[in-house]
Amino acid sequence: MTIQLNGEERAIAPGTTVLALLDVLDVPGGARGVAVAVDAEVVPRGEWETTTLDDGARVEVLRAIQGG
Amino acid sequence: MTPRMAHATDTVTAADPLVIAGVELRSRLLLGTGGFRSLEHMAAAIEASGTALVTVALRRIDPAARGSIVDVLDAAQVRLLPNTAGCHTARDAVLTAKLAREAFGTDWVKLEVIGDDRTLLPDAPALLEAAEELVDAGFVVLPYTNDDPILARRLEDVGCAAVMPLGSPIGSGMGLLNPYNLRLIQERAGVPVILDAGVGTTSDAALAMELGYDAVLCASAVSRADDPVAMAHAIRLGIEGGRLAYRAGRIPRRLHALASTPDDGIPAF
Repeated sequence: MTIQLNGEERAIAPGTTVLALLDVLDVPGGARGVAVAVDAEVVPRGEWETTTLDDGARVEVLRAIQGG
Repeated sequence: MTPRMAHATDTVTAADPLVIAGVELRSRLLLGTGGFRSLEHMAAAIEASGTALVTVALRRIDPAARGSIVDVLDAAQVRLLPNTAGCHTARDAVLTAKLAREAFGTDWVKLEVIGDDRTLLPDAPALLEAAEELVDAGFVVLPYTNDDPILARRLEDVGCAAVMPLGSPIGSGMGLLNPYNLRLIQERAGVPVILDAGVGTTSDAALAMELGYDAVLCASAVSRADDPVAMAHAIRLGIEGGRLAYRAGRIPRRLHALASTPDDGIPAF
């Protein structure tokens, strides 16, 4: 199945959780400065481990940068 | 009038703290982190500025990115103020603020809703809509706003913790283009007023403070200066000087001269 990850298609295994996706992306799960939205809804940090991604999900994985 | 014996400078930091939403901040300079050549330049400028509150942003992850800005800011012991830079709708700004709350563990947000990419001026109706929604969701909202006294009042009315009118467009360095409007905003505000955007150099920041502004937010003026550390220090001093001058009470402007040396006892030759 495929998801839209930060605007690009990406194949993932069925049942992949948000936390597993972050692991594949080499994003430390415990790090501050990371946030995830799925289908324009915030996925709270405490739900990364239990939230599985559906086929076609629009996933945004964000990190802190300099700005403002 | 009896001169005060206490050193006036004591009041700048010790007895005269900036308080936003009940939180005391040790500096009246808010620093934006955008535009620095490196995290090392940013860290050095933060230290020179004495700031206690710095902005951060959220963007899509970049596998090539090196170093963690959050680690650097934590080491600098500054409070984080996430922004919603780049948002053009109330919906995007609200979602970005909620993501920032997750990312940084703070409910403070510098709310930006941009109406036009050329000027980066705020979209007033969308800004007000987003501010109201975020206040209702428990955020401490610091909106980047136009130099419009009525909009500033409306933002305060919906519960914003401060209002942050622009001096001139972001990154323009044109200083305070409408000191009259900025003064009108300051005069009636019941929350801290923070001059945000447009500062080019120290005198701009000092002028904002002399107008009675509670703080100044600078980004490009420091980060894009030839020597960001020296400029951070200079603007810090300008803000302290401007604050002192405001509290000291300036003389009124007059059309004609007023002799400072008495006329009595002038000799006749």
